[in-house]
Amino acid sequence: MTTNTTDVDTPMGPAPGRAPAGDTVVATVSHVVLGFWSLLVIVPLLWTLMSSFKTSKEIFASPFQLPAHWNFDNYVSAWTTQGIGRYFLNTVIVVGCALVLVMILGAMCAYVLACYSFPGRRFIYYSMLAGLTFPIFMAIVPLFFVLKNIGLLNTLPGLIITYVAFALPFTVFFLYPFFRALPKEISEAAEVDGAGEWRRFFQVMLPMAKPGIASVAIFNFLGLWNQFLLPVALNTKRENYVLSQGMASFASQAGYNVDYGRLFAAVVITVVPVLVVYAIFQRQLQGSVTQGTIK
Amino acid sequence: MIDSTLVPTTDSGTGTAPPRARSRRPLTFDRVSFVLVFLGLPLALFLGFVVWPFLQAIWYSMTNWTGFTPDMSFVGLDNYQKLLHDDIFITAVWNNILLAFVVPFVTVVLSFALATMVTVGGASQGAARGLRYSSFYRVISFFPYTVPAIIIGLIWAAMYDPSSGLINGLLTGVGLDRFDSFPWLGDTTTAMPASMFVIIWGFVGFYMVLFVAAIKGIPSEYYDAARMDGAGRIRIAWSITIPLIRDTVQTAYIYLGILALDAFVYMAALNPGGGPDNSTLVMPQRLLDTAFAKGQFGLASAMGVVMAVATIAFAAIVFTVNRLLGGRQELSR
Repeated sequence: MTTNTTDVDTPMGPAPGRAPAGDTVVATVSHVVLGFWSLLVIVPLLWTLMSSFKTSKEIFASPFQLPAHWNFDNYVSAWTTQGIGRYFLNTVIVVGCALVLVMILGAMCAYVLACYSFPGRRFIYYSMLAGLTFPIFMAIVPLFFVLKNIGLLNTLPGLIITYVAFALPFTVFFLYPFFRALPKEISEAAEVDGAGEWRRFFQVMLPMAKPGIASVAIFNFLGLWNQFLLPVALNTKRENYVLSQGMASFASQAGYNVDYGRLFAAVVITVVPVLVVYAIFQRQLQGSVTQGTIK
Repeated sequence: MIDSTLVPTTDSGTGTAPPRARSRRPLTFDRVSFVLVFLGLPLALFLGFVVWPFLQAIWYSMTNWTGFTPDMSFVGLDNYQKLLHDDIFITAVWNNILLAFVVPFVTVVLSFALATMVTVGGASQGAARGLRYSSFYRVISFFPYTVPAIIIGLIWAAMYDPSSGLINGLLTGVGLDRFDSFPWLGDTTTAMPASMFVIIWGFVGFYMVLFVAAIKGIPSEYYDAARMDGAGRIRIAWSITIPLIRDTVQTAYIYLGILALDAFVYMAALNPGGGPDNSTLVMPQRLLDTAFAKGQFGLASAMGVVMAVATIAFAAIVFTVNRLLGGRQELSR
């Protein structure tokens, strides 16, 4: 697998001769279209950010008007009185625990599937793939009763365990090629030196698979942070709400007792963590998307 | 399934058995505990919380279970028959089918067009050269992919708001007075297209990046040869680029189709009640309502099975169409 990481805007050598006039036209049209799309993406986001500083009265007065006072009143009241602070904390706990667990379990499972040969290996791999494709909605009713029967319905541990189980196929599926690509000789050398199975995994193989683990972890973080259906169906106690469902219920309340300023502030609070992750890992994210296609 | 999307490497898993033969090893504690923890623990979770519920769903769908009492009796395909006569569910099915037709098509066409501009918008000579500053466009347009879907829905619900939304503000601002307090999400003719646009808005950037990567993987000789034969840009995109990134398009189409056959989060944010005349109601909304509001768990499970069948059917159709149009697996190698 050769990975082409060249950025598109780095010129690949000078073009022979002068650029024909047609090129300039095409380039201009391209810039206009791409610029228009970028505007379409960024304007709603900036508008939301601006609105989060406005009072409800200002929001209803005009969608364009800038807020009279730039302060964080909406943020404070969303965080404290609307329970966004609580939801935020719940989300951090659930996503944090689930992410660590699924990465450990997923890496272990992918390692065994990729590096060992045993009967049923293929079958496990394909059932993971099926678990990745089937809609969760099909399983949601039985899942509800599985959690109810073991007493974990409407609890954070119950939600964590479900997140881990449903993120597992994705994790195993995408870590599998990374472990397969690792050189077996190193593990064998460690074995000759007397390292047991456990040590070989944690001290030899796992560190080598770090790049793969990092990119799968980023995607899992986004997927879990954005997860909506599982909490809505399995976690209906308000004090245990995570952000995504808290936002949905906040928005449906807002219809009656309108405080759009707070709602916009809560939206911004929910987006900030993913924005931070995106800003830091933007290259890895787009790189991971890229690697899947270029062989 | 967590709704993040990576593109599967097509050759994984189908390879030959790993080179190491691991038979005839002594069963030490190290080894036994290793197998139990490394394979047993993840598989136990996967079986208990993923596989088992999926299998149970098939059984439940053939019972009249209402959940909180232990008695349930086998009713065969009665629930499925009931669904055929449930007008609201049928409406939801058609809405999902409409979404599955429109959303993948528009998203793929739009993101392919943008990806083409990014990669070959630069020059008519040499390799697939990039447009200047194109990484700026990619960084911006990829971002919605990372924003929680429920938030995307809420932002656009606010954008579409009849009186305080930015859309009507802009439209009336340029003199289109008929859009003064026009209810985008409350009118039967616009609710569905407006909702579709929101989903497409969220995914175009992601697939643009995907297509850019695929297009850059095409050797420049193909482009040089085509140009020498006098092919223009459109002709090159149609006859060179599309056939060579066929498998990427297929992957994109299937992911988008799965998404469109669900579409729950977006619809729940834009129109929690199913929209005017149920014009944006989707199967999952009806399912959750049937299960957790009405307690008809057997019937709800049948809806879940219908969703799964629809998903598989969609994937099968995409594979078949790709085959019929001359797609060959060798092209991707």
